[in-house]
Amino acid sequence: MDWHQQYIGKVKHAVFHTQKTGRKRVVVSTEENVIASLDLRHGEIFWRHVLGINDVVDGIDIALGKYVITLSSDGSTLRAWNLPDGQMVWESFLRGSKHSKPLLLVPTNLKVDKDSLILVSSKGCLHAVSSIDGEILWTRDFAAESVEVQQVIQLDESDQIYVVGYAGSSQFHAYQINAMNGELLNHETAAFSGGFVGDVALVSSDTLVTLDTTRSILVTVSFKNRKIAFQETHLSNLGEDSSGMVEILPSSLTGMFTVKINNYKLFIRLTSEDKLEVVHKVDHETVVSDALVFSEGKEAFAVVEHGGSKVDITVKPGQDWNNNLVQESIEMDHQRGLVHKVFINNYLRTDRSHGFRALIVMEDHSLLLVQQGKIVWNREDALASIIDVTTSELPVEKEGVSVAKVEHSLFEWLKGHMLKLKGTLMLASPEDVAAIQAIRLKSSEKSKMTRDHNGFRKLLIVLTKARKIFALHSGDGRVVWSLLLHKSEACDSPTELNLYQWQTPHHHAMDENPSVLVVGRCGVSSKAPAILSFVDTYTGKELNSFDLVHSAVQVMPLPFTDSTEQRLHLLVDDDRRIHLYPKTSEAISIFQQEFSNIYWYSVEADNGIIKGHAVKSKCAGEVLDDFCFETRVLWSIIFPMESEKIIAAVSRKQNEVVHTQAKVTSEQDVMYKYISKNLLFVATVAPKASGHIGSADPDEAWLVVYLIDTITGRILHRMTHHGAQGPVHAVLSENWVVYHYFNLRAHRYEMSVTEIYDQSRAENKDVLKLVLGKHNLTAPVSSYSRPEITTKSQTYFFTHSVKAVAVTSTAKGITSKQLLIGTIGDQVLALDKRFLDPRRSINPTQAEKEEGIIPLADSLPIIPQSYVTHSLKVEGLRGILTVPAKLESTTLVFAYGVDLFYTRLAPSRTYDSLTEDFSYALLLLTIVALVAAIFVTWVLSEKKELREKWR
Amino acid sequence: MASIIRSKSVLSVFFINLFLSLVSSAVAVSSGSGDGFSISGRVKLPGMSLKAFGSPGGKASNVKVVLNGGEHVTFLRPDGYFSFQNMSAGTHLIEVAAIGYFFSPVRVDVSARHPGKVQAALTETRRGLNELVLEQLREEQYYEIREPFSIMSLVKSPMGLMMGFMLVVVFLMPKLMENMDPEEMRRAQEEMRSQGVPSLANLIPGAGRS
Repeated sequence: MDWHQQYIGKVKHAVFHTQKTGRKRVVVSTEENVIASLDLRHGEIFWRHVLGINDVVDGIDIALGKYVITLSSDGSTLRAWNLPDGQMVWESFLRGSKHSKPLLLVPTNLKVDKDSLILVSSKGCLHAVSSIDGEILWTRDFAAESVEVQQVIQLDESDQIYVVGYAGSSQFHAYQINAMNGELLNHETAAFSGGFVGDVALVSSDTLVTLDTTRSILVTVSFKNRKIAFQETHLSNLGEDSSGMVEILPSSLTGMFTVKINNYKLFIRLTSEDKLEVVHKVDHETVVSDALVFSEGKEAFAVVEHGGSKVDITVKPGQDWNNNLVQESIEMDHQRGLVHKVFINNYLRTDRSHGFRALIVMEDHSLLLVQQGKIVWNREDALASIIDVTTSELPVEKEGVSVAKVEHSLFEWLKGHMLKLKGTLMLASPEDVAAIQAIRLKSSEKSKMTRDHNGFRKLLIVLTKARKIFALHSGDGRVVWSLLLHKSEACDSPTELNLYQWQTPHHHAMDENPSVLVVGRCGVSSKAPAILSFVDTYTGKELNSFDLVHSAVQVMPLPFTDSTEQRLHLLVDDDRRIHLYPKTSEAISIFQQEFSNIYWYSVEADNGIIKGHAVKSKCAGEVLDDFCFETRVLWSIIFPMESEKIIAAVSRKQNEVVHTQAKVTSEQDVMYKYISKNLLFVATVAPKASGHIGSADPDEAWLVVYLIDTITGRILHRMTHHGAQGPVHAVLSENWVVYHYFNLRAHRYEMSVTEIYDQSRAENKDVLKLVLGKHNLTAPVSSYSRPEITTKSQTYFFTHSVKAVAVTSTAKGITSKQLLIGTIGDQVLALDKRFLDPRRSINPTQAEKEEGIIPLADSLPIIPQSYVTHSLKVEGLRGILTVPAKLESTTLVFAYGVDLFYTRLAPSRTYDSLTEDFSYALLLLTIVALVAAIFVTWVLSEKKELREKWR
Repeated sequence: MASIIRSKSVLSVFFINLFLSLVSSAVAVSSGSGDGFSISGRVKLPGMSLKAFGSPGGKASNVKVVLNGGEHVTFLRPDGYFSFQNMSAGTHLIEVAAIGYFFSPVRVDVSARHPGKVQAALTETRRGLNELVLEQLREEQYYEIREPFSIMSLVKSPMGLMMGFMLVVVFLMPKLMENMDPEEMRRAQEEMRSQGVPSLANLIPGAGRS
């Protein structure tokens, strides 16, 4: 019924731990700030830690063979984790004054007794840290001499290190330091007129290569024998065109380095005469691993090249380009895109020769282990970075289809039945049992690929940061299809933003497959041109994609569909023009009819303005575009910048269903909910209190919440919470809004609820008026009208910090609602809406109690059993999606972050179906027993009657 | 007029004193060093002695300590200690995220005027802490315990009660009828017949015909 999947994200660094016998593992750090130890045999997670959002990992290594060392938070936090179980052993904080490139170096030979040193260069300082307890042994401040450290180099077979760096952009410094005590042995400096830029590549322990400021000259810097010497080599002298973007790629190959020029890479070797020569030229898609030292100081590195649908992995010994240790070619799914990173590791084959395995990070963030030309395991780690989720119905089960399938695989069918027969006769071998289970799983109710009667089976379509779209089956969470979005030539770095349901056929066009619209943009800024892609949700094929000329600041699905059930969408560009999609004449005619009914709003959080817009006219321009429209501003609300800053704006879910407007209270009274689709909740805080919790004084912090009608711009409700601050998490549903914020005075989190009631319909309860027809129940509901409203609010304490809030949604909106609160502990708590009812009072009357009103308490209860995630964690929780099932009592919940979690919830219990643990056997047994009892008693009574007659 | 103002100020001073005396029982837990302050404390989990901590599968490796709703996240050392460095003076909130346990968030005040003076209080119970040792308020059971199967639960269910009543009617009622005096029975039956009310005895074949 529910499933939980654990991911880690796109791998940045990887360190193998395979020396000892026993469990072989690889320790990785990822772009989701995860540190994990993976089983090298199967790719499973041994242990995993998700660091804080700001705690970006800069480097990892293994020290003493038992501790994983991580450097994070821009080189300010150094932690050691126990390798077998992931327990943190120690934590050190490194201080410094200036930003510099964080570097982590765990030298293998710097040992004092059982301790070994860890060298960290960060924030302008070099620290030596003991690896046993994290104690900082010595610190050397280079920032005082305004030197920016570029590289820390360990000299072989000695306890001396070199530290090289720049002061300004042209002064080169080389320090020779005793690593044991931090004593400065030698300091050399020299100026280079050309200046330095970019990364440095270390080619040997006393030579490095960098670029000058013109990016056209390679500068070889050697600092051996206490002398610094520069040598310039023009890129053009190497026979290369140096125009364009030249970059030195960081690598650790001995005697060789890589330069990236435009879209190709050059491998350049430093010859024994200190000359540079080009060894090889490859296109930019080729990836090189770091150097790996194996037996007796031999070095090797891996080069991964693309060739059609194949990926060629070659492992070359260091310095010798033309020789290959291993050459393998593996078939690669093109949905994985290009290779982004490769890490290699060696192992001893049974014949004592060296074998190599490679860990490959692909463009779609997946992680593969390749050994002996085969993919041993892979992990779909793009699912750790979900941006947006939507759902799609599965195809309807058709009679003909299943029959055809059986005939098609008659042999398979027979084999399956033979297996099952074997299983029932207890003749099955363990493999057979596994096969039977696989068949059962395939044909089991929950993971079928067709629509079910209750609407439990759905496809979850997720969009990830890797630009890959996955369809997950809601039954067991398996990936049904995945698609890496096509990258056009025009756009170099596309980013994806949102998913929309483009076509959901259910009445017409039943033979069409549903499809989703993916909106992205080319670049990071909001003014970048938009990209649209349409993806079929059954087949997972990209139907179409467009590179638009305009940007998409806002996307609005309209409540209209055309004859093929394609939903009309409006894209707002940065000039406040709107563009209609799909670009068909039918769409335009539908749009023309509704021309005057289209309104929307925009929130400019930076300027503190909320504006309402309407369509004005067709675009005036040289190029006639029928699908482009000018807009006008209808209203605007300007918040005073000096006292209010917008931190949250939440509107109702467009597809939410409300069962009834009326709410009957215990006094036989009727209250009418104010239900409007055009409600916007806005929260503003004092600018001083917009920082982290506790940064402001209660007296200078306030939180103001607004409820705004987005058609007329009318402020329906305004309330100020003094001494409160954000972050605000809010959810708006039916006629109520619930929001979570921090109360500085009580120093606790609070949750407030506000309910809105329509006062203009309140007089309708007079029977006489109803009889005489003087009621206004038949008056049309209009978004333009300004009904009298009243609001009721109440506030409660809530213990935890909150990461996300959602509300359950059901098919008809009859079932009572639950709030789903993603807590700081990465759990999802289901809280009945009845706890957040402004009509709660300390002593409810008997009638109110019967109505289900809970006595008022100052804080909301946290009942452990109501955690929907139970004892699981959805690490790095970011969002919660609720989708109604067809069954009214049930709602489907999908929580995502680094992990994924899916479950079914019944907020008012499953009143319309039997629970899964209903015992059909007991029911049958009872029926059989009753029938038997009837017969027995009948026979008994017959006998007795006979006896009576004989008497 | 002036006297009133003075008396008010005296009163407020008194309140401040009272407040200070109340909280000053919370002893300073950390010292300021370098450019920021540090907050360090300890999380105590039940059933976890110092020895048990290092063992694999120990829950301490899955405990996170969160400052200010996610601004900083740190983990526990084997002995349960944690620390946050480089903190600004002011009020902070520390939360402990541990599966299976409910921890109250802790309010920590770092004083700017007296460097290194730190006060802590549980926000749930408003209890001041002498030292920053965090203990769980309660354990959390995420699963409802399934009622074990028993005959009594079967009997107590509506179906069981119905069956029980049926058995009583089928087997005990005729017995009761038999024990009645036949004369009395006949009289009663006649009475009933005259009233025309169908009796239970009529419905039961054996007893009705006797």
